[in-house]
Amino acid sequence: MERIIFYILAAIIIIFAIASVSSKKMLRAVIYLLFVLIAISGIYFMVDYSFLGAVQLAVYAGGVIVLIIFSVLLVHHIELNLELASTKKRVIAALISFTGIAMVLPVILTHKFNVVENSRTIEVKDIGEKMLSYDSGGFILPFEVISILLLAVMIGAIVIAKGNRLGLKENQETRDKKQDIINQ
Amino acid sequence: MDYSYTILIPLLPFITFLILGLGSFKIKPNLAGLIGSASLGTSLILSLYTAYNYFIKVGKVDGAYEAVYAFKTTWMNFTPTLHIDMGILIDPISVMMLIVVTLIAFLVNVYSIGYMKGDTGFTKFFAFLSLFSFSMLGLVLATNLFQIYIFWELVGVSSFLLIGFYYTKPSAIIAAKKAFIVTRFADLFFLIGILLMGYYTGTFDFAELTSADSSQLAEWTSVTFMGMSIITFSLILIFIGGAGKSAMFPLHIWLPDAMEGPTPVSALIHAATMVVAGVYLVARLFNVYYVADDGLALEVVAYVGAFSSLFAAIIALTQNDIKRVLAFSTMSQIGYMMLALGVSGYEGHDGLGYMASMWHLFTHAMFKGLLFLAAGSIIHAVHSNMLKDMGSLRKKLPITHITFLIATLAIAGIPFFSGFFSKDEILLAAHHHNKFLYFVGLFVAGLTAFYMFRLYFGIFWGKEKTYSDKVHENPKSMTIPLMILAFMSIAAGYIPFSKYITADRQGFEGHIDWNMAAIAIATAVLGIALAYVFYKKETNYPEKVTKAFGIFYKWAYDKFYMDELYFFITRQIIFKRISAPFAWFDKKIIDGTMDLIGNTTVKTSEKIKGTQSGRVQDYAMYFIGGIVVITMVVKYIM
Amino acid sequence: MINGISIYEILTLTTILFFIGVYGFFTRKNLITILMSIELILNASAINFVIINTYLYPENLQGAIFSVFIIAVAAAETALAVAIIINLYKMITSVEVKGTELMKY
Repeated sequence: MERIIFYILAAIIIIFAIASVSSKKMLRAVIYLLFVLIAISGIYFMVDYSFLGAVQLAVYAGGVIVLIIFSVLLVHHIELNLELASTKKRVIAALISFTGIAMVLPVILTHKFNVVENSRTIEVKDIGEKMLSYDSGGFILPFEVISILLLAVMIGAIVIAKGNRLGLKENQETRDKKQDIINQ
Repeated sequence: MDYSYTILIPLLPFITFLILGLGSFKIKPNLAGLIGSASLGTSLILSLYTAYNYFIKVGKVDGAYEAVYAFKTTWMNFTPTLHIDMGILIDPISVMMLIVVTLIAFLVNVYSIGYMKGDTGFTKFFAFLSLFSFSMLGLVLATNLFQIYIFWELVGVSSFLLIGFYYTKPSAIIAAKKAFIVTRFADLFFLIGILLMGYYTGTFDFAELTSADSSQLAEWTSVTFMGMSIITFSLILIFIGGAGKSAMFPLHIWLPDAMEGPTPVSALIHAATMVVAGVYLVARLFNVYYVADDGLALEVVAYVGAFSSLFAAIIALTQNDIKRVLAFSTMSQIGYMMLALGVSGYEGHDGLGYMASMWHLFTHAMFKGLLFLAAGSIIHAVHSNMLKDMGSLRKKLPITHITFLIATLAIAGIPFFSGFFSKDEILLAAHHHNKFLYFVGLFVAGLTAFYMFRLYFGIFWGKEKTYSDKVHENPKSMTIPLMILAFMSIAAGYIPFSKYITADRQGFEGHIDWNMAAIAIATAVLGIALAYVFYKKETNYPEKVTKAFGIFYKWAYDKFYMDELYFFITRQIIFKRISAPFAWFDKKIIDGTMDLIGNTTVKTSEKIKGTQSGRVQDYAMYFIGGIVVITMVVKYIM
Repeated sequence: MINGISIYEILTLTTILFFIGVYGFFTRKNLITILMSIELILNASAINFVIINTYLYPENLQGAIFSVFIIAVAAAETALAVAIIINLYKMITSVEVKGTELMKY
């Protein structure tokens, strides 16, 4: 049973990932990506990392995808087709990707992993304690760093997105100049 | 005796040059003339004071006039043996030249105020004149070969600037270029000569070169090449440099064309001062010339001088442009000076030729300067250079007439005028040395008298011509210099030169050999008489004689086709046969190789430019593609 | 761990996912789609952390925690990237890569 579910998930991940990177319609590509992310959260659930699966669903499927969809709607016409790379370039990129797979897979498949048979369920409590632990092997420091990073990103995103209106006044002249440079 | 003030003599004109040159648009023309004349006047007074101090007040020390360094400093120090000095050398000939240069330059300056009135670039003209005076004085006072070479080139530059002063006139530009290129070409040999000399003797200094004792000379002349010592070679090379500046055959072709410059310039540069620089140079190194290989180089000097003298005199007979006649006459007289140096001995009375040469240099500067200034005065009055446009001007230009006559008598060698004394000494020296050269000199003296009087009669006598403007005598600023020079043209003959300026610097009692003088006078009178018969009134003798000579006359009229010969050699032989293949080789092979390298680089860059697309994606692709390829290669092939 | 599924199968899946992301990163011309390809790559590595943790070191939690960090960083990165893209769009009314290569020469 679990085998079948896994294979279905794997098939969803691969098919929709491919669809996501090759679709001509931008909004569809985002939705395909959403399917991929949901399927990945399914894998997390299957290995009993339910907290991680929930985070994946909430942050990725809920947050990131919505953010991307918003930006797409802001900057893009839905009916507009995406410009595709030249065939030559796509062939080269595909070749590199296939060669990459061909390079990595044999290494993985021939390596003898020391698999420990278990059926441990990881609870949120374990993760929380580990993350806030001061003991050796505790993750308090990276946790703080990440929190500062998130704060910085928040401020940065606001500043960048708001741009001139935030007081960094750019006069019309320099903006025209910029536009001229770009038009050239 | 402290001569350190002599540094002011060249420095004053230089400062004037800077002032006039930098402020050429601000300074009013009259003021410019005044500044130029004042600074040169001061230089003249200082020069006279120097001469008084040197010859009279100090006089001989141990029986000879000593060479004094008024000032000496090392300018460029390459090695302990090779260093270039700058300084001021005071000895009899430099003091004499100081007077010649400052006097003529001063008078020409004054004269130019009248002559150049109303010309555009008036201030610039005086700036150039000052630059020339500075360079010439520096040349005269040089202590060593390198210093003389530096000022030699400066003189060439100022000559170039002044010949091309009327730079809107194509012929003036061509003449300026010609003068510069020809003299510069000769200076190349001069430089080689200097370097050879410096290499084999270890010094550039005149005092050290000329005071060498016999053992040192033997050492210097021990290096030989093709049967002659290297020193002789270098002396001949130096003489070629001098010949270029002094317009000796075959490097004379620039001098007639240089007459395109303003007439005062011709008087100053191309008659009195710069063109005698070659003579001065040979005189400077006379001891070396005399000693090296028993004066072999001097023989060359003598024959080149004699030939140039004859050659120029013959051409002068046929020319119709009065300035050109004077130019060829200058060349002829300089040939005389060279001849005199070439036949001279060293000690005591043997050094007659040297003395005569310097004397003739002095007197020639006076009367030839006068002739040119008078010619300028005539040209200024009638607005033409050509002899055929002039005639019967003696009433209209009385002062010019008298002064011109005095100068003509002086150059013809009539007794009691300065030219007679110096020319007589030259002929005497030539007679002592070599009879053939003596006869050449004598013949040239006759020719000189003839063509000068042809000019004189043609201008001031003969039929009256119609003139566009009313001809009248020129302003005072032009006539006063003429009168001063006329006075000098007579008085210069009574200076006891032999007491002051001799090769060994000891002086001797000069006297006139009246037997020899009688022959010279007779020749000169014969020449004048012929000119009188031919040109006093309009006659048909000239045509008859011209016809009798036929083709020969044509050759002389066309200056023996020297210009055409030069053109043939440069254009047909050097440009076509030598330069063209080199140019081809340079363009196709050398440039071709370089172009190939350059073009390959450009083309390759064009091709691979696309890889630098500026897109992170592409770079990532190269990066990961590279990793993949390298890993695969390492894993499966190696 | 998942019954009946070996670690090799899961790692094969993430490898393929990773290189699909790489392919998308190479070929896409729009900044937003490039961003999506990066999400794929990040997700592939996050799965790897979790799977290796579960299969090989079940008593430790490092892999899981790292995955949380990766998700946090990816979210932050997306937020910033979207801000930049919007700002860029305001300036040049385009989010194509070729509009942003002015500094290449």
